Amino acid sequence: MLGVIFVTMLTTELIPGDPVALMLGENARPEQEAALRKHLGLDQPLPVRYARYVLNVATGDLGRSIQTNRPVLDEIRDVWPNTLVLAVAAMALAIVVGVTVGVISAVRPYGIIDSLARVLALIGLSMPIFWLGLVMLYVFAYYFRLFPVGGTGSWKHYILPAIALATPSIGILSRMTRSSLLDVMGEDFIRTARAKGLRGASIITRHALRNAMIPVMSVVGLQFGQLLGGAVLTETIFSWPGLGRLTVRGVFARDFVLVQGAVLTFAMAFVLINLLIDLSYAYIDPRIHYD
Amino acid sequence: MHISTRESITTEPREIGLAAKPRSPAGDVARRFVRNRLALAGLFIVVMLTITAIAAPVIAPKDPAASTLGDTRARPSREYLLGADELGRDILSRIIYGSRVALLVAVLAVGAATLVGGGIGLIAGFAGGWIDEVLMRLMDILLAFPYLLLAIAIVSALGSGVEKTTIAVAIWAVPNFARVVRGQVLTLKERDYVLAARALGARTPRLLLVHITPNIIAPIIVFGSLYMANAILLEAALSFLGLGVQPPQASWGLMVASGRDFLRVDPHVTTFPGIAIMITVLGFNLLGDGLRDAMDPRLRNRF
Repeated sequence: MLGVIFVTMLTTELIPGDPVALMLGENARPEQEAALRKHLGLDQPLPVRYARYVLNVATGDLGRSIQTNRPVLDEIRDVWPNTLVLAVAAMALAIVVGVTVGVISAVRPYGIIDSLARVLALIGLSMPIFWLGLVMLYVFAYYFRLFPVGGTGSWKHYILPAIALATPSIGILSRMTRSSLLDVMGEDFIRTARAKGLRGASIITRHALRNAMIPVMSVVGLQFGQLLGGAVLTETIFSWPGLGRLTVRGVFARDFVLVQGAVLTFAMAFVLINLLIDLSYAYIDPRIHYD
Repeated sequence: MHISTRESITTEPREIGLAAKPRSPAGDVARRFVRNRLALAGLFIVVMLTITAIAAPVIAPKDPAASTLGDTRARPSREYLLGADELGRDILSRIIYGSRVALLVAVLAVGAATLVGGGIGLIAGFAGGWIDEVLMRLMDILLAFPYLLLAIAIVSALGSGVEKTTIAVAIWAVPNFARVVRGQVLTLKERDYVLAARALGARTPRLLLVHITPNIIAPIIVFGSLYMANAILLEAALSFLGLGVQPPQASWGLMVASGRDFLRVDPHVTTFPGIAIMITVLGFNLLGDGLRDAMDPRLRNRF
């Protein structure tokens, strides 16, 4: 986590436009600049600022936005639930659809349904989500007027952004489920289950799927990173007031304090979710213990 | 690679006519690849794309930068096959020129990531101990940033433009290459033939260059091809946000973004560049999948 903070600082450090010059405008006197620089703590060398930032973050202080002068923590607190809800909705959709399609594919590998599903999965994960979002916006919001154009509110606001965000993950998860399930189906205990006279559906749901889920779950963790990053794009397209749009706004305004805080929040969320997923392995597979 | 290829041959049905001839591992890979129709489709797309990018000035029907103000956002017609954009520029020609940017950024970024990330993975995997620990923790830090956000942070720092976008995409890909190569090296360095070479007195550089590197080239090619797809998507996404390639250069992501304001009335401005991105990415994904299945089917679960 300390490393993450450092990289975040290092990158925002190199921003070409001087935020101080930007804030004061062209007619600033040098002593004004120096005063503001001191106020922002920019007159200190990097290691000092790094240590100070880490201490502040530890106490929940992310500094004040240069653009709005509001505490960055407040800015983030306002919008992060929107991003979380969107990402979780998309993830749920991706898991349900992706795993279902993967299972159906694996029941009859190389059949017609499987081939079709595999091609669709590839197309899904090759789709730029910002483009898919715009196409869906045109078809379902402008042309058929079924869904709102953007913003939050009713459940209808969630449908298009969640589908756009989930599509690449659906493709990846269905591929992963299929190949993992096919691997498991070749194992001895499946043959034993068959020999006991169990039916196909029962074998897959009770025996195979549980064992096939571990690799799928690790991909789910990685996919969350994709979803959080993708949220930047979907939020931009659907005017979704979330962390992604906040980040982009910060980048354009050269608000390095805001960008630092937002990127940091994204990274923390990602690390936390992967920790939860690691813990979930023990639930899926009782042989795994954490002491 | 030698060992694994042989093993997989025996599990495949042999063709009677070929059984008598001596078979090389490379020949087997080619044969398996050619039999896979989807892989061939991927190869076709990638080859066509490369030709398009190289021969853009010959193929493009119009000057991609020439704007005709009277034809602003013209619908697709015989004059403008895919229509014209918000400045009256021919969309087809801009898509053709856009393939140059997409390929250039992706090839350079993936190439750089292969060298740097691969080098890190090679050293970390072979050296082990604290060197491995330090290098891989550094890579973990980069991996802690969700997709796109690391690139956004880098581009916001460096500024936008083709070179900076390339650097951002490369840095994003480095840790992934390092992990793949390290994993390969870890299994290879315990193989009997490497241990034998070491026992015979081969030094570290020789072990790395002569005995290990040639055997990780296959997975790198597969991984590289799949990462080309991701690199193209990432460049398009950055350019779409306005943080990547800058106008007036023709980038597909930028073109999609420029049509966004007129989506309601003229959806074709956004639609066609997006289709170009999708077909290109699909091509690299198909090629990567096909190469993986042809070279070593057992890698299937790893990427």
